[in-house]
Amino acid sequence: MTTKPLRLKELAKGEDRFAHGHRMCAGCGAPIVVKQVLMATDYPIIAANATGCLEVSSCIQEYTAWKIPWIHSAFENSAATISGVEAMYRSLVKQGKIDDKQVKFLAFGGDGGTYDIGFQSLSGAMERGHDMMYVCYDNGAYMNTGIQRSSATPFGANTTTCPAGDVIPGKPQQRKDLTRIMAAHGIPYIAQASPGNWMDLMKKVQKAFEIRGPKFMNIIAPCNRGWRSRTDDAITLAKLAVETCYWPLYEIENGVTRVTVKPKEKKPLVDFLKPQGRFKHMFAPENEGMLKQAQDYVDAQWDRLLKESAAGEAEKAE
Amino acid sequence: MSKKYWETLPQGSVVLEAGSSAKFKTGGWRSMRPKWIEENCIQCMFCWMYCPDMSVKVTAEGKRAEFDYDYCKGCGICALECPGKKGKKAIVMEEEGK
Amino acid sequence: MGTIVAVTGNEACAQALKQINPDVCAAYPITPATDLMQRFSSFVNDGKVDTELVLVESEHSAMSACIGAAAAGGRVATATSSQGLALMWEMLYIAAGTRLPIVMPLVNRALSAPLNIHGDHSDGMGARDTGWIQLYSENAQEAYDNTVQAFRIAEHLDIRLPAMVCMDGFIVSHSIERVEYIDDGDVKKFVGKFKAVHPLLDLDNPKSYGPLILTDMYHEYKRAQHEVMTKVPGVVLDVAADFEKMTGRKYGLFETYRLDDAEMAIVVMSSAAGTTKDIIDQYRDRGVKIGLLKPRMFRPFPFQEIADALNHVKAIAVLDRADSFGGYGPLFSEITGAVMSMKSKPAVINKIFGLGGRDYLPVQAEQVIDELIQVAETGKVEAIKEYIGVRE
Repeated sequence: MTTKPLRLKELAKGEDRFAHGHRMCAGCGAPIVVKQVLMATDYPIIAANATGCLEVSSCIQEYTAWKIPWIHSAFENSAATISGVEAMYRSLVKQGKIDDKQVKFLAFGGDGGTYDIGFQSLSGAMERGHDMMYVCYDNGAYMNTGIQRSSATPFGANTTTCPAGDVIPGKPQQRKDLTRIMAAHGIPYIAQASPGNWMDLMKKVQKAFEIRGPKFMNIIAPCNRGWRSRTDDAITLAKLAVETCYWPLYEIENGVTRVTVKPKEKKPLVDFLKPQGRFKHMFAPENEGMLKQAQDYVDAQWDRLLKESAAGEAEKAE
Repeated sequence: MSKKYWETLPQGSVVLEAGSSAKFKTGGWRSMRPKWIEENCIQCMFCWMYCPDMSVKVTAEGKRAEFDYDYCKGCGICALECPGKKGKKAIVMEEEGK
Repeated sequence: MGTIVAVTGNEACAQALKQINPDVCAAYPITPATDLMQRFSSFVNDGKVDTELVLVESEHSAMSACIGAAAAGGRVATATSSQGLALMWEMLYIAAGTRLPIVMPLVNRALSAPLNIHGDHSDGMGARDTGWIQLYSENAQEAYDNTVQAFRIAEHLDIRLPAMVCMDGFIVSHSIERVEYIDDGDVKKFVGKFKAVHPLLDLDNPKSYGPLILTDMYHEYKRAQHEVMTKVPGVVLDVAADFEKMTGRKYGLFETYRLDDAEMAIVVMSSAAGTTKDIIDQYRDRGVKIGLLKPRMFRPFPFQEIADALNHVKAIAVLDRADSFGGYGPLFSEITGAVMSMKSKPAVINKIFGLGGRDYLPVQAEQVIDELIQVAETGKVEAIKEYIGVRE
């Protein structure tokens, strides 16, 4: 299948595969992520979805926003569930019971259902080599149950289970680098993306769908409720996440790392943190150390990424 | 004999009609409403790309048309991201009901 | 025609799966079910079946993958025991609630703690509320026959519920017995082609599985699920009738042994029923009117039919190979449920036996019958619930 041209006017002529009328909050980042992922190619897609904001809000009672075949079974197993769908597809095609229509298999999960409770089934499905892609929409907490911390929650963030209290000021741990953990699985394609950089996101989805085997994409999905930000700044924050290098946009293809978007000017992390109420306490004078710790971590990760990307380019040039 | 209500439910709670969420009009959620100022619009399509609720109507030629007020939740992403023309936004948020 | 072989319960069930050739199996090893799937794996890797075997990383994922595969639209099977079944507990409810016909041989094994790998019914009993059809097997032949019939029952378009075929861990799964295999062609014809309902793989008519249902409709969905369960006994009997035509072997909702003119009855499931029948013969030779009822279909429980079968006895001993702590044994609770509908109620006592693979010996059956004789005579019950075979 030829790759779809990523021109807005062309894309706009296409049909939505994710419908309006869903119940996600006004200004939610998750449906923007989903629509961009589904829009990137014209391949038939079947998706599984872990329990969470996206799932309950997109399919409730007799209403479904999904215009593709879709299955939600439980919280921790969207990867295992879609691996079963994919196995059935392969089995029926092999037996000649159905035609091979080049169906792509997707699993959606929030950071809760991916980094934490869903980690085992994700790891298992990736290891088994199913031809599927897992897309994590990362909003940095268990949002659907009311903003509880997950291992994806950034350092210092105020959540309902790690509140910015008098003794413990928010989340003490740094967030888990799931993207790197998935890279360590040795799967053919891993990427980080942001809905604010829609073309980079869609190019990655297109690339991924041309690769046979397990793929993983981690996509930041701002949540104005959990982040205590304005209703209208999901895209602005998604862009700031990239520009401050909090959420670098890179891909690892067959073990070779490549930064896909280098910010023209690396902005200080506070530019990303200030508009979010969940980091408000970090701006108090007694918590200055926290801001430094957060900035140092982002810088170290970015430096490491740049080095790996340079090494990747050098390897390619040889 | 007419069926009881529970007998009419789909087997295993499977939702049989794709995209049936379109029957649920979320436009009623709004407290702010976007207004499209066509003369300032450069047809960049960012509003359409970034709308979480697929509420920017598009013509057959791929150009943006009016907002779909049946579903628009008034989040304001479109207005914030709109580049406008010569410093004038093509989308402004107004209070709903005014 | 049939072939006589000497095989274990696990081998027999693996053979059944081979003959049925499911489209997808997703399985995880656990003693004593491991060997069933191991044998099946060699069928897969030798190209003797078309099954796509997904070697998942946990039993929870096994049932999740089975659910995905079944929803996609094809024939699915798996097997497990004990902790594995316990780990997939939430998914069992989901499979049943979503009306997916998954078939699972369950090699009954005790639940931890303490850790024990041997046979008792605590695993299957723990899942009795899940909405799965449950069939219990006395020996390898029954395990094989039940597995073949389970696909027809589960996939029946009026039913479409997952089904587990239970057999005692080690006692049946690992002991070699005489079994008659059905010919490959006959099994294929009996089970027939899989009919998909609302398959995910129907790209032209996309469906959404697993919506959020609120307080205004959940109750009705469960009412509908209850209704489906009421249709199962009829289908089990129809399938058994077809099965008898094919093999000459007769199955019902339960089996009775010398019960028609009995004054006392023992109710017991699975392999222990075999031992009990031998002792009943001995007592019958001495003129004691004792009989046996061996439930086969535990879920749905055939209350009325069992009540009718036990109507005439004066005393019943229900032997449970599992306990419900703080309550009575699960089989006892069902039998007393059946007894409730009788005009004159017999005395019913509950014996918990054979937990963690503890041998059920003839002497235990004798103890029970001796006590039943007393109960039938005096009408007096010492204690309703008792553990037997305990090292004091």
